[in-house]
Amino acid sequence: MNPFASLARLADEAPRRALVLLGVLVAVLLSAPVLLDRYLLSVFFLIFWFATVGQAWNIMMGFCGQLSLGHALYVGLGGYIGALLWVKFGISPAIAIVPAMLVAMAFGAVIGWLGFRFGIEGVYFALLTIAFAEVARIGFDNWSFVGGAAGFFIPVSATASPVNLRGGPMLFYYVGLAMMILAFFVCAALRRSKLGHAWLAVREDAEAARALGIDVFRAKMAAVVLSAAMTAVAGVVYAFYQNNLFPSQTFDIARSIEMILAPIIGGLGTLFGPILGAFILTPLGQTLIALVEKIAGRAIPGVNLVFYGAALMVIIWYAPNGVWPWLKKKLGIPEGRE
Amino acid sequence: MFWSLYANVLVQGVLTGLVYGLMALGLSVIFGVVRVVNFAHGEFAVVAMYAAFVLFRSFGIDPFLSMLPIALAFFVIGYGLQRTLINPFVSRPEHEQFILLVGLAIIMVNGTLMIFGPDARSANLSYSFDSWEIGAIIVDKVRVYAAIAALAVASLLFAFFRFTDTGVAIRACADNLVGAAVVGLDVKKLYALTFGLGLACVGAAGALMVTLTDATPMIAPAFTLLAFTIVIIGGMGSMTGAIVGGLLIGIAEAMASVLIAPSMKTMASFGLLVLVLALRPQGLLGRRA
Amino acid sequence: MTTLLDVRAVTKRFRGLTAVDGVSLSVEEGEIFAVIGPNGAGKTTLFNMIAGAMAPDAGSVTFAGERADGVPPHELCRRGLARTFQIVRPFPELTVLENATIGAMMRAPDMDAARAKAGEVLRQLDLWDRREARAKSLTLPDRKRLECARALATQPRLLLLDEVMAGLRPTEVDRIVAILREINRSGVTILLIEHVMRATMALAGRIHVLHHGATIAEGTPEEVTRHPKVLESYLGAEAL
Repeated sequence: MNPFASLARLADEAPRRALVLLGVLVAVLLSAPVLLDRYLLSVFFLIFWFATVGQAWNIMMGFCGQLSLGHALYVGLGGYIGALLWVKFGISPAIAIVPAMLVAMAFGAVIGWLGFRFGIEGVYFALLTIAFAEVARIGFDNWSFVGGAAGFFIPVSATASPVNLRGGPMLFYYVGLAMMILAFFVCAALRRSKLGHAWLAVREDAEAARALGIDVFRAKMAAVVLSAAMTAVAGVVYAFYQNNLFPSQTFDIARSIEMILAPIIGGLGTLFGPILGAFILTPLGQTLIALVEKIAGRAIPGVNLVFYGAALMVIIWYAPNGVWPWLKKKLGIPEGRE
Repeated sequence: MFWSLYANVLVQGVLTGLVYGLMALGLSVIFGVVRVVNFAHGEFAVVAMYAAFVLFRSFGIDPFLSMLPIALAFFVIGYGLQRTLINPFVSRPEHEQFILLVGLAIIMVNGTLMIFGPDARSANLSYSFDSWEIGAIIVDKVRVYAAIAALAVASLLFAFFRFTDTGVAIRACADNLVGAAVVGLDVKKLYALTFGLGLACVGAAGALMVTLTDATPMIAPAFTLLAFTIVIIGGMGSMTGAIVGGLLIGIAEAMASVLIAPSMKTMASFGLLVLVLALRPQGLLGRRA
Repeated sequence: MTTLLDVRAVTKRFRGLTAVDGVSLSVEEGEIFAVIGPNGAGKTTLFNMIAGAMAPDAGSVTFAGERADGVPPHELCRRGLARTFQIVRPFPELTVLENATIGAMMRAPDMDAARAKAGEVLRQLDLWDRREARAKSLTLPDRKRLECARALATQPRLLLLDEVMAGLRPTEVDRIVAILREINRSGVTILLIEHVMRATMALAGRIHVLHHGATIAEGTPEEVTRHPKVLESYLGAEAL
């Protein structure tokens, strides 16, 4: 399928009002850095980043109905591979995303194979994904070549080099934005493809899907592997943004959970859900951190997470489908369309 | 001597495993009856640890004593939670239940973090380091007490389900929900009782845990995982399975941490988990769905 | 005429209970063949073995000249064998059109072709007006027809229908009978498993009667209804 043709079609089918709004939004985001300071630029980077990984996770859970609680694994793998290749061998992260994706895909394939071959589903599968992230955490903790528990650091270079992801918040703002937009279009194309429809069928009713000629095992495997690859790319970028990697943070289950909040709050299985969720959650969390710091005179760790937890409970209680389906109605986009 | 090392590790694993088993028992009972996976299980254990810690530090109440009021308080909390928060979700999709409880778990662990900070706290009982020597085997007194207490609480729960009318009614709910409702059992109330009992188990286990290891908020997800792993190994919903799984994990962890490296503890239990998932997905004592 | 489906002496036991006991039947290309029998006769078990949902303990199933028992359902579907479920299983959150499109996907070169094929099938089954509705909002008769539409969209050679008429009102039964005739005329062989006698008699060319997991009669509707064993064990119990 010609990607340009499918993009053109996408534009064709969307209602004018939504399209105009989208255009304005992208234009605003492209020019916004003029008005933003360093702090706000990094907040926006975080929004873009969470929207991207949320989009990737959404492939598994939102499209294919497979709950992964170990996506920090792919972020970490991507991050470590990107950082290692750059620091130890001088290989640019622009190239490193390829091995990062491949390794993450291999891990995704192992987890998927174990889970789907033996019919491990739902929470059991979720546990398996956590288990792998934990094993990776322990493994990296004890692997001295990558710094072990003491962490691995990417030196800050004096000269900016966008291809090598060396630069300030402005660079990461644009890289993040590009990543988010790319992830959106990849997911939009997937959602419209045969594979995307096979995923939806598997999510809705695997038995019925099988009766319609869909190879359920292959569809699920494709979901894990593609989701892992996308997440790993975001992982490379994140490592270069942070300039450091600690196994205890990188592979932490708290990270995995933080990654899935945006799509859940925005709307599982929708294309705009992860983006919307990230735009709602990240600024609120960051504001809360700043506010508490101002009031208490010091940073109190955990404040933003308590808020996230409450947000999760409220959303799942009142709007289990997320914010986007509700907003979609307001924008006059018919049901069954993005 | 070589065998004495193994024997020591084995004994330690069995004793710790019983406390693990009690914690997992709570998860298994809740799942077996209410069909909800309590993803905030480890968080409840940690809150119980802090409760026991505060009671000991501020009022000098020994955790082996405070475990009773803590279990009682957790029972009440569990009863209330099921009635208010969980019950509307009983018939909702699995992932929605999960998200609700993860939300609760996040609030609990970070709330604890905000109150107590990230540092590890230990109870430091006066007899924390006392031990008995039986031949070449050295056992810590606290570990023995904790194991006995865990066994006692678990036995009480087994007896409750076997010999009381309410216990039998709850088992009927687990076996055949429609049938139970048809014969006029108050399912909502029995669910709430079950959730309460499940949390009472974690409450007691948490109080015991504080005598064995330091309390820190960050250990909560690991406890949730641990309980979950044990229950899957033993068989979701099987009470005996939870205890057996606890023992197995206790032994595996002790063996791995002493004989290989302390960091290999978790690896050992996950290895066991993957093995069970691949070879016997319903768990050692679980019934095939 | 050639044999499309050949079932040879299949047997299935569940914990000592023999659900299907050495049943043989063969379905010719282009016909409408029905399997009937009272509740618990083993119809659904037989159906599941043919559809690949279950492997027989003994015997064989041959579809279009190839061994088909133990072959996974998605592979059977590729070979041209489509099924419906007794308790309908539409994809609840997806629209009617998406449901049918997913069925059409397997043989379509791209999604546009799949959507076109789905539209065609939906018109055939009187569902085109409901195409934008979510499947979960449909009434039972609509859902039953959606189930057929989805199976038909896979462009099967043999359509296996598991009690599509159960629970429908007589007017709806007549409607689906007319539709199935139309489908059959377009070249699709149909194997029905049914409980509703009137419709089956009107529709099927040949009928196979099961009782307690075993064959008691086979023949045209007239032959079967005159068969003493059938009268005794099945029609007698239900009709009187």
